[in-house]
Amino acid sequence: MAATVKMTKPKGSIEGLTGDAAIAYALKQCDIDVLSAYPITPQTIIVEDYQRFFAEGQVKTKVIPVESEHSAMSACIGASAAGARVATASASAGLALMWEVLYCASGMRQPIVLAVANRALSAPINIHNDWSDSYGARDSGFIQMYCQSCQEAYDTTIMSFRIAENHNVLLPAMVCIDGFILSHNVERVELLPDEVVRDFVGVRVPVQPLDTDKPITMGPLCLTDYYFEFKEQEDKAMREVFKVYKDVEAEFQKVTGRSYGMYETYKTKDADIIMLTHSSPAGTAKAVVDALREQGEKVGVLRMKLFRPFPAAELAKELSSAKAVAVFEKCLSFGAPTNPLALEVRTALYDLPKKPMVTDFVVGLGGRDVPPATIVEGYNKTKQYLEKGKAPLYETLGVRK
Amino acid sequence: MAGNILEPGNAREYKTGGWRAERPKHNPEDCLWIKNGTCALCCIFCPDNAIKLSEKDGKFLYAYDYDYCKGCGICANECPKSCITMEAE
Repeated sequence: MAATVKMTKPKGSIEGLTGDAAIAYALKQCDIDVLSAYPITPQTIIVEDYQRFFAEGQVKTKVIPVESEHSAMSACIGASAAGARVATASASAGLALMWEVLYCASGMRQPIVLAVANRALSAPINIHNDWSDSYGARDSGFIQMYCQSCQEAYDTTIMSFRIAENHNVLLPAMVCIDGFILSHNVERVELLPDEVVRDFVGVRVPVQPLDTDKPITMGPLCLTDYYFEFKEQEDKAMREVFKVYKDVEAEFQKVTGRSYGMYETYKTKDADIIMLTHSSPAGTAKAVVDALREQGEKVGVLRMKLFRPFPAAELAKELSSAKAVAVFEKCLSFGAPTNPLALEVRTALYDLPKKPMVTDFVVGLGGRDVPPATIVEGYNKTKQYLEKGKAPLYETLGVRK
Repeated sequence: MAGNILEPGNAREYKTGGWRAERPKHNPEDCLWIKNGTCALCCIFCPDNAIKLSEKDGKFLYAYDYDYCKGCGICANECPKSCITMEAE
């Protein structure tokens, strides 16, 4: 019985699924109207699985194959503008080709769900994981949620429609998983029965859809007179996400017993040093914390989930009691004073009367393994810097120099 | 929201005449429309429908709608009799 592959087990079952398959299954249960995507490793399984659901008649979705990611997002916007519930998936160079249209999706306030299997950008060409792709799109007006497990990828995909489609939000959302590390690794995933997901996500209620009986114009020219106001509205909508995210998650928890929060704290209460990261390195960091705690080290992990919008106020509160925050991130922002995640963490902490020291370690570019030893190295360095009272703005770990 | 325009047919409200750097000047002497109500190439080619051709009491009338004429000069280019010249505003 190849039940894990065919997914024909009874409803509400427990399966061994890859991150990609978990997202594909969630999309299937969310009863999306249109899916338009272009294949790119390591996202491909999402669309492959979904195409199979479609071929087998398990979904009523209109699947639109296109010739590029630019077209994929464009088709998604058109469908979403007509009031459909829409999803797509991409990664790396595909996401980069989508770039222009990402801003159209958010600017036109279309609640499209985009699953991203984070992958390094060319050149040199590399199919493995880092966060350069979606970090680059952090200003595109998409909500960004980073998942640590296949279960979380499944759950987050379901929740993302409710968050994105909320009338106080109406913004597209990225559900990000680490390429290969999550996208291709099989984990235990508890699937909800179809009708539970259907009831939870409901039917999308579009605000200003395209309607031949009541024609409207979308995305028209808007110059010095009003453009700024629409960006102001977009920013306001993004800030609404905090509340909506909490509400949706609270409801999801009632149904499933599972919740993740905008971020997760692990043994941070009395920690002198808090390691801050997200996605797969967070799991490794938690294991490192367990080991270091046994040696008497006061250390914890704060695992970010929501990166856009960035929960700065809550983070500042959470980190204020630590002596240092060690950031581990899989992105290098060439020429920047420091890298995206640490930059935002530093900004969040800037107004604290007593600021923790922030160290920034760039790790795992192009899928370079981030073993516990790398995390420990960052921790030890942070300890040394604390003693010296001075730390570099950032440094790379696990690389030949 | 998002700059959506909820009523159709409102391009008329956006008066683009202010963009004009040059205005067309019409010389009726050789104009075929004035002469016998033919040609009308200027009107056909005008991208802003800003040339108003009409007929009244057997006479053919010619006018520009400067609310919308952007001064692109297409009319002057198309006129087979060179009756339209572009003059600086």
